[in-house]
Amino acid sequence: MTTMTVDSNTSPQSSQEATQPVADISSNGLDSSRDYRQTVGKIEVANTKMSMRDVNVSYGDKQAVFGVDLDIAKNEVIAMIGPSGCGKSTFLRCMNRMNDTIEGCVVSGSLKLDDQDIYDPKLDVVPLRARVGMVFQKPNPFPKSIYDNVAYGPQIHGLANSKVELDEIVENSLRKAGLWNEAKDRLDQPGTGLSGGQQQRLCIARTIAVSPEVILMDEPCSALDPIATARIEELIDELSANFTIAIVTHSMQQAARVSHRTAYFHLGYLVEIGDTDDIFTNPKHRLTEDYITGRFG
Amino acid sequence: MPFNTLLTIFIVVIAFAFFAGQRRALKLKSDGSSLHSLPFYHGTWLIIVGVLPAIIILLVWSLLDSSVIRSVVLSELPASLMSVSAAEKNLLFSEIANLADGQTASPNADVLAPIADRYLLLQSMSGKLKLGLALIVSVIGFGLGWLRLKPDFRARNRFESTVKIILMSCASLAILTTVGIVFSVLFEAMRFFDSVSILEFIFGTHWSPQIAIREDQVGSSGAFGAVPLFVGTMLISAVAMIVAVPIGLMSAIYLSEYAGPKFRAYAKPLLEILAGVPTVVYGFFAAITVAPMLRDFGESIGMSVSSESALAAGLVMGVMIIPFVSSLSDDVINAVPQSLRDGSFGLGATHSETIRRVIIPAALPGIVGAILLAVSRAIGETMIVVMAAGLSANLTINPLETVTTVTVQIVTLLVGDQEFDSPKTLAAFALGLMLFVTTLCLNIVALYVVRKYREQYD
Repeated sequence: MTTMTVDSNTSPQSSQEATQPVADISSNGLDSSRDYRQTVGKIEVANTKMSMRDVNVSYGDKQAVFGVDLDIAKNEVIAMIGPSGCGKSTFLRCMNRMNDTIEGCVVSGSLKLDDQDIYDPKLDVVPLRARVGMVFQKPNPFPKSIYDNVAYGPQIHGLANSKVELDEIVENSLRKAGLWNEAKDRLDQPGTGLSGGQQQRLCIARTIAVSPEVILMDEPCSALDPIATARIEELIDELSANFTIAIVTHSMQQAARVSHRTAYFHLGYLVEIGDTDDIFTNPKHRLTEDYITGRFG
Repeated sequence: MPFNTLLTIFIVVIAFAFFAGQRRALKLKSDGSSLHSLPFYHGTWLIIVGVLPAIIILLVWSLLDSSVIRSVVLSELPASLMSVSAAEKNLLFSEIANLADGQTASPNADVLAPIADRYLLLQSMSGKLKLGLALIVSVIGFGLGWLRLKPDFRARNRFESTVKIILMSCASLAILTTVGIVFSVLFEAMRFFDSVSILEFIFGTHWSPQIAIREDQVGSSGAFGAVPLFVGTMLISAVAMIVAVPIGLMSAIYLSEYAGPKFRAYAKPLLEILAGVPTVVYGFFAAITVAPMLRDFGESIGMSVSSESALAAGLVMGVMIIPFVSSLSDDVINAVPQSLRDGSFGLGATHSETIRRVIIPAALPGIVGAILLAVSRAIGETMIVVMAAGLSANLTINPLETVTTVTVQIVTLLVGDQEFDSPKTLAAFALGLMLFVTTLCLNIVALYVVRKYREQYD
């Protein structure tokens, strides 16, 4: 990887924001007695799938994520919200080490998947990414047929021993992603020929095809129209029966609709974490309240 | 009129027209009317109508007047000289021009002297007429343009459309030149096909273009079968591509996927320097270093390698083409969206799996286009093969032997003293035409492939 292509939302928006948090607060006239650098809410969960402690991420000189502690439970949907540049996408990309591909990105702290350290130098990143799959902001089907798009993951991981098995995996994945009925007659046609929403469901099917345990979704609906978005949200709900899902979103309605718990990020800090119902009806932190009521962000 | 004077006059006239128009517009504005266009465009409008037509007249006149004067002079030749052939008329005319220039060493000086005076007179008349006409057109244009300068005059729109026309004529000039080249080659080739059948040319397997000039000359009958030349060209191009494609492609993959930005910043320009080395330098590198090396190496393992081999020329040409393949492939690989890499990595694919199964297939049409462009470059390459591949038209596919190529034969057919109506010389045009058609087809295919690739992402 030679270029530092970073999505606008994963890179810190400005160094000033990140280095002068205190000045930012007082200028907003917010309650400075309650420092947003302390996370409000209960971090621990029963039945932990992933556990992150004191995670710091920096791109070169700019620190994007500051000491975030967060647990994710099995089969839960956790939403991460916050204004642009708050580090939520960066944090998400740490969970399957996608940040490895970005030059100058340094991650510290402890990130565990089922008690296994993700950033253990001895750990091979290939099986990790098979266990923690990722769906991106912009649908990015490979320029291959729909079938090959889904079959790609199982093939590189050797999950299918025969053509029949592979067919089965492809069909199951497309079914789970709710794309089977639309795509079954055109499996040999290029995936890039689908509509935006279908492409995103294809990408989800592609991700499920390698049977991950956790699926990370980085604003999966931000490039889609409302109907396609509703379709994906429905899908997320169905998928949560089998997968643990962490979703970054800019839409608070979406977070409210699909997630069980919500984490609010601000300037690289995890400000508040709690059950989605609580967060949206009764936020504990002033900043969270301001954000969800649309006062800023 | 000396060129510098003319240039100065032009600059002065242009400046005058511009400021006159601008002042006029400012005056109209200060009189209280609101202008449709900015004063700048009123100034340029006067340049367009006042100066542009005059420039066009000067150019066209200068292009045509020498041939007009020539035909007038030749038509007024004394009867004794009228009956000569066209070629001799050419000679006569240059004699007249030389006399007019003041060189008197001519056998017909007495007869031609009055004609030379006439020639001089015509020339000066033409020059005066030309300037006078330009001046009149300029003044009329300026006057008419001035009258149109009103507040609601759409000077800006006029300016825009004039710029468009100028740009368009520049673009068509390039196209017309190409068409002109094609036609001149085509007509000469037609003349060649009058004396040699086109079928013999395309399918004949024997190439020996020497033709007996005298009746009693031996051993030079002339045979124009182009197959050995094209086979030789293909052979050398194939060797070149076998060298250039893998090396170029792999260096492109390394540069775009693995190399750090710092290394890339230095390595890519360095690689592209290879493309800037003059081909004649590659040529003597091939002839003086590579070819003898191959021959000695061949001898040491008991093979006979001729000292001018297709292999030597092809190897060096391959090195020359590497930057084409690598630079273009590098660009198309870089154009593959980062999101595809992310998607593949996100599924747990390794870097090499991602390159092999996602990036290369996605970039393949672009890479094919790059390779085809490189092939047409290899086919048209001349200097390396002239120096390193040899002249004898062997019909062989053994790269260790001497072969010759189309381009080499064109060079040898046209170098030195030649008569331009013998089939031997005209054969060069036929070869050129076929070469042109071949590379044109390759380029069309390449462009088609590249365009198809573009549609995939946008």
